Amino acid sequence: MGAGSRASRILTGGSRRPGAPAVALASTVVFFGVLGLVVVSSPGWPRVRDAFLDAEVFAAALPDVLRAFAVNVRLFLIAELLVLVLGLLLAIMRNLPGPVFFPLRLFAVVYSDVFRGLPGIAVIYVLGFGVPGLRLPGVPRDPFFWALVALTLLYTAYVAEVYRAGIESVHPSQEAAARSLGLTRIQALRFVIVPQAIRRVIPPLLNDFIGLQKDSALVSVVGVVEAFRQTQIRAAATFEYTVFLALALVFLLVTIPLARLTDWLVARDRRRQLAGGVR
Amino acid sequence: MSADATAVPAQQSPPTAPEAVRIEGLHKSFGRLEVLRGIDLTLAQHEVVCLIGASGSGKSTLLRCINLLEPIDRGRIVVEGEEISARGVDINRIRRHIGIVFQAFNLFPHMSVMGNVTLGPIQVLKRPRATAEADAIALLERFGLADKRNEYPDRLSGGQQQRVAILRALAMEPDLLLLDEITSALDPELIAEVLNLVRELAAGGMTMLIATHEMGFAREIADRVCFLDGGLVLEQGPPGEIFSAPREPRTQQFLQRIVEAGRL
Repeated sequence: MGAGSRASRILTGGSRRPGAPAVALASTVVFFGVLGLVVVSSPGWPRVRDAFLDAEVFAAALPDVLRAFAVNVRLFLIAELLVLVLGLLLAIMRNLPGPVFFPLRLFAVVYSDVFRGLPGIAVIYVLGFGVPGLRLPGVPRDPFFWALVALTLLYTAYVAEVYRAGIESVHPSQEAAARSLGLTRIQALRFVIVPQAIRRVIPPLLNDFIGLQKDSALVSVVGVVEAFRQTQIRAAATFEYTVFLALALVFLLVTIPLARLTDWLVARDRRRQLAGGVR
Repeated sequence: MSADATAVPAQQSPPTAPEAVRIEGLHKSFGRLEVLRGIDLTLAQHEVVCLIGASGSGKSTLLRCINLLEPIDRGRIVVEGEEISARGVDINRIRRHIGIVFQAFNLFPHMSVMGNVTLGPIQVLKRPRATAEADAIALLERFGLADKRNEYPDRLSGGQQQRVAILRALAMEPDLLLLDEITSALDPELIAEVLNLVRELAAGGMTMLIATHEMGFAREIADRVCFLDGGLVLEQGPPGEIFSAPREPRTQQFLQRIVEAGRL
C-alpha cells in the first residue's frame, strides 16, 4: 500500500511485467543521455556553462541568498496565517443565509472574482508604490508591509474558494441533522459543517501555499530585498548567473517538502475512503 | 374517576386525551411533483403512530415537514397547542421540542459519541458542559452505550450509530419524536437492537410518529397505524384492524405485496 507501491508505480507506470523496471531504467538513460548531448553540443554551451554552472560562485552565493530568503519566509508565513483566517471568513460570508446578508455575500463574490482575476504583480505594484505614494499620515510606507498586504489579498481570494468548495462538499443531511436539534444556521456552520470542511480542504490549501511561497519572490519589484532581489543584485554586479541556481535550490528546499506532504495527505485520505471510512 | 389509575390511553385515541400534534390539510410539492395532497392527522400525547405505505407515498416528507426541515405549501401543523406552521414562528425554538431520527443516521463524523449527544444541550439549551455530559452519560448507560462514549461514529456498527442518533435526539428531551425509516439502512441482524430501544421509549410514554417498513414492529408497537398512499392518509386505525381487515383496496394490495415479500 504505502510509499513503496506509489514509488514503483511511478517507475513502471503500472506495468507488472517482470522486465518493467529495467525498461524504465534503459529508457531514462537514453532520454536524458540524448537531451544532455543536445545541450552540451550546442554552440553556446561553453558560455552558458561558465555563467550558470560555477561551483565556486554557487558556494559563495548560497549563504547570502539564504540570508535574504529569511525575508521571504517571514513574508509567506505571516501571509499564510492571515490568509487562513481571512479566507475562511470570506467563505462563511458567502454562505450567510437570508436577505439581510446580501451585501456581505455580494462583497464575497466580487472580492473573489476581482482578486483571482488580477495579475498578482499588478496588485503588488499598485499597493507597493501607489499607497505609500499617497503620503497619508499614519499609513505605513514600508514596502514589506504593502507586499504582505498584496499577497494576503490575492491568496485570500483563492483560499476562500477552496474553503467554499469544502463547505459545499459536506452533505446537506449534516446540516439537516444539526438544524433538527435546534441549532441556528450559523451554529450549524460553526460546529458541524466548517470543521468537516476544513479537514477536507487541507491538501488543496497546502497547494495554494506552495504558490504563495513561490510568489513571495514577486515582491522584489517594489524594492523588498528578499532572496530574488538579492540574487539579481549579485548577478548584476558579477555577471555570474550561477546565483540563480542557488536561488532555485533555496526555493525548492521549502516547496518540494510541502508538495510531498500535500501528496501524502491526499493519498492518506484516499486510502481512508477506500477502507470504508463512513462519510 | 375510577380506581383504575393505570389505565392506558384507549386504542383509538379518544378525543379526551390531550392532543400532541394536529395536522390539517397539509400540502407539499417539490416542483410539479405533489408529494402531500392534504394530510389530516392527529396524535394524542403518549401515542405511538406508525406511518406505512410504499416508497414515495410521502412518509418521509411528512416527518420532515413536521420538523420544519421542509417548508409547507398549504395547511396547518399544530404541536402542543402552538401552530408551528404559522408565519414568524422561531423554527429553532420549535425544533428543540421535536426530535427527528434519519434513515442514514446523520451522526456528526468529526465528533465522538459524547460530542454528538451533548451538542444540542450545550449549544441550544445552553446547559453547562458538565451537566450536559452527566446527562449524556446517564442516557448512554440506560441504553447500554456508555462504553462507546469516546468512540467516533465510523468505529461503531450501524445499529450502534442509529442508537446514538436516537439518543442525540432524546438528549434534547423532546415532546415528540419523529423516526424516519430508522432501520432501513441497517443489516438485518442489527435491526433488533434499534427496535428494542424504540420499544423502551414507547413503554416510557414518548409520543412518536414512526415511518417504517417493519410491519411486524408496527403491528406490535403502534397504538394506531396510518396507511399513506399518493400523499393522503388513505386509511387509519388500530394495527389489528389495519393489518387483519383493511377496508381500502389499496391498503389490501400494499399489504398483500408485503406478505408476498415475506415481510409480514
